Amino acid sequence: MIAGLSRRRAIAAVLALAVPVATALPLAADPAGRVVGVGGSVTETIYALGAGDRLVARDTTSTFPAAANELPDVGYMRRLSPEGVLSVAPDLIIAEEGSGPPETIQILAEADIPFVAVPAALDAAGVGAKIRAVGRALGLDAEAAALATEIEARIAAVQARAAGVETPTRVLFVLSAAGGRLMASGQGTAADAMIRLAGGINAVEGFPGYKQLTDEAVLAAAPDVILMMDRGAGGTHDSAGVLAHPAVAITPAGRDRRLIQMDGLYLLGFGPRTAEAVADLHRALYPGKG
Amino acid sequence: MVALSEPTAPVAGDRRGRARQTTWGLALLLLIAAWASLATGAAGVSLSEALGRLISGEGLSLQDRVVLGQIRLPRLVTGLLVGAALAVSGAVMQGLFRNPLADPGLVGVGAGAGLGAVAAIVLSGLLPAGLAAATGMYTVPIAAFVGGWAATLILYRVSTRAGRTSVATMLLAGIAMQALAGAATGLLVYAADDSQLRDLTFWQLGSLAGASWAKLAVAAPIIAIALLGTWGLARGLNGLALGEATAAHMGIPVQRVKNLSILCVAAATGAAVAVSGGIGFIGIVVPHLLRLATGPDHRNLLPNAALLGASLLVGADIFARLVLAPAELPIGIVTALIGAPVFLWILLRRRGLLDM
Repeated sequence: MIAGLSRRRAIAAVLALAVPVATALPLAADPAGRVVGVGGSVTETIYALGAGDRLVARDTTSTFPAAANELPDVGYMRRLSPEGVLSVAPDLIIAEEGSGPPETIQILAEADIPFVAVPAALDAAGVGAKIRAVGRALGLDAEAAALATEIEARIAAVQARAAGVETPTRVLFVLSAAGGRLMASGQGTAADAMIRLAGGINAVEGFPGYKQLTDEAVLAAAPDVILMMDRGAGGTHDSAGVLAHPAVAITPAGRDRRLIQMDGLYLLGFGPRTAEAVADLHRALYPGKG
Repeated sequence: MVALSEPTAPVAGDRRGRARQTTWGLALLLLIAAWASLATGAAGVSLSEALGRLISGEGLSLQDRVVLGQIRLPRLVTGLLVGAALAVSGAVMQGLFRNPLADPGLVGVGAGAGLGAVAAIVLSGLLPAGLAAATGMYTVPIAAFVGGWAATLILYRVSTRAGRTSVATMLLAGIAMQALAGAATGLLVYAADDSQLRDLTFWQLGSLAGASWAKLAVAAPIIAIALLGTWGLARGLNGLALGEATAAHMGIPVQRVKNLSILCVAAATGAAVAVSGGIGFIGIVVPHLLRLATGPDHRNLLPNAALLGASLLVGADIFARLVLAPAELPIGIVTALIGAPVFLWILLRRRGLLDM
C-alpha cells in the first residue's frame, strides 16, 4: 500500500488519463477541467469569469446563478465529506477561506487534488483579491484582473457618492426576528461592512458578530432603516412582522415604515455582484439622491 | 427491581442457547455491515475489483487507494469501535444503576466531553500559538476526552465517601453536573461567532466523517482496553441486579465492580465521543433490544451489545453518507431518526417486558 512519492505521482498521471472526461486535458499544464466551487461567492466568481462549464460540483452555500443549483451538492462548506468530494472526480477545488474540515483537506491533499483557498473579503480591495485568486487558480488571470478592476472602480464610485451624504442613515441589520427576538449585526460582519460601503452607519455598536438585542437596545439604536435578508415568498420575514415589533415600531424606521430586504448571498456574499449590491443599497438608503 | 420477579423454575425456558445463537447471528450481521461499509460510498470504487487487483499485484489507482485506505477503512474501524463502546457502556450503566434509563451521560462523561469540545471550538483562538500548532485538528478530540474524564472524576469524588460509592448520589450529582456543564456550554455558545456555531452544532450531531488512522491510533487502544475490561464485570453486574447488600453477601466485591464500571465507561465513551462527537440512542436501544431477545444476563448481554452496537452504527453510517451523496448527513440524526421509532414500536408491541 505504501508507495514512494514518484510512484504515487506516476499513478496520478495514469489516473488522469484513465478518467474518461479528462481526455480533453492530456497535459498537466492545461487548466483544470473538473472544478468544485466551495463558497457562494467563489462559485459566483467562477461563473462570472465564464468558467461555469468547468464546474462539476458545488457546496450548499453556492446558490447563484441558477445554473449552480443543477450541480451536485457536496455539502456545507465547513463540513465537506472527503469521499463525497472525491466522488465527482475533481482536478481542482477552489474554496473560500475557512472551508474544511481540516481532516477532509488533508485527505484531498493525499489524493493529489489541488485545493486553492481564496481569502475572505469585507471591502472593495478584498473582493478584487478574491476574484484575482479565483482567476489565477483557473488560469484566467487576464479576465480576472479586468473583472476585479471594474468591480473595484464601481464600488469606489458608490463610495464617492456616499462621501457626499451629510446625515448618514442609521441602519439596523436584522439577521432574524424569530419569536419576536431580534438578532442584529454588530461590528466585523459582512452586514456591517456593506452598510459602511453604501454610506450608512450601523445603528448598533459595541459587540462583534450577530447578537440578540433587548427591546431597550433597539430603542437606543434608533435606526432610520431596517435591513434584512430576503428569504423568498415562503420566508418568515414578512415586513409587517418586523415593523410591528413593539420596540421597532416606535423607532424612526418603524414610524416611517422603512424596511429594505435584499437577497442574502447578493447582499453579504462579497463576490462579483457586490458592486451592484452596494449601489442598490446606497440608492435604497438615500432614495431622494437617485 | 430487576430479575427478582423471575421465578426460580424456568417458565420461558433457559435462554442460554438462544443467546448463543444470537451471538452467532450478530457476528454474521457485523460481517455483512462491515463489507457493505467498505463496498459502498459516494465514490464509485468497487471493493471486489480493488481486492482482485491487490491480490494479482496490479496495485490500485491513487484515488481508489485514498478512498479505501484513508476514508472507508478508518471510518469502518471507527464506527465499529464507537458503536461497540456506546452500546456496552449503556448496558454497563443500566446494570450498575439498576435503571433502564441510565446511559453514560450519568457519569458526567457526555456533558463534560461536550463542554470540552465546545470550549475548544470557541476558544481555540486564545490558545498559545505553539500549543495550537502542536495539537492542530486534534484540539477538539483532546479537549472532549479531557473534559469527559474531568467530569467523571469530580462526580466520583462527590459520590464516594469512606471508600464506598453511592450510586444514588452519583445519579443525582450527575444530573446537577449535566446542568452545570450545559450552562457553561451555553455561555460559550453565546460568545461564539456564526462559523463556530455551525461547527459546534455539527459536532453535537456527531459524525464519523473525520475518522483517520491518526485519531484511531490514540482512541482504538483506549476503547479496546475498556471493552475488554467490561468482560470481567458480567458476574458482578448480575449480582448487583439483586441489590448491593445481596451482591455483597454473594461474595461480589461491590466497590470494585463499581470502580471498574465507571472507569471503563468513562474511558470507552470519552474516547468514542472524542472521535465522533455526540451520537445518541445507541446506548439505550441496543441493550434493551438484547434484553428483550435474550434476557438480562450480562454474560450474554455485554458481548452481544458490542456486536449489535457496532453493526448498527456502521449501518447508520452507510445510510448517513449515501442518502445525500455527495454530501452527508450527521450520523446522530440517523441513529435517533431510525432508533427512536423502532424502539417505540417494540415498547408498544411488548409492553411490560421492560420492567427489568
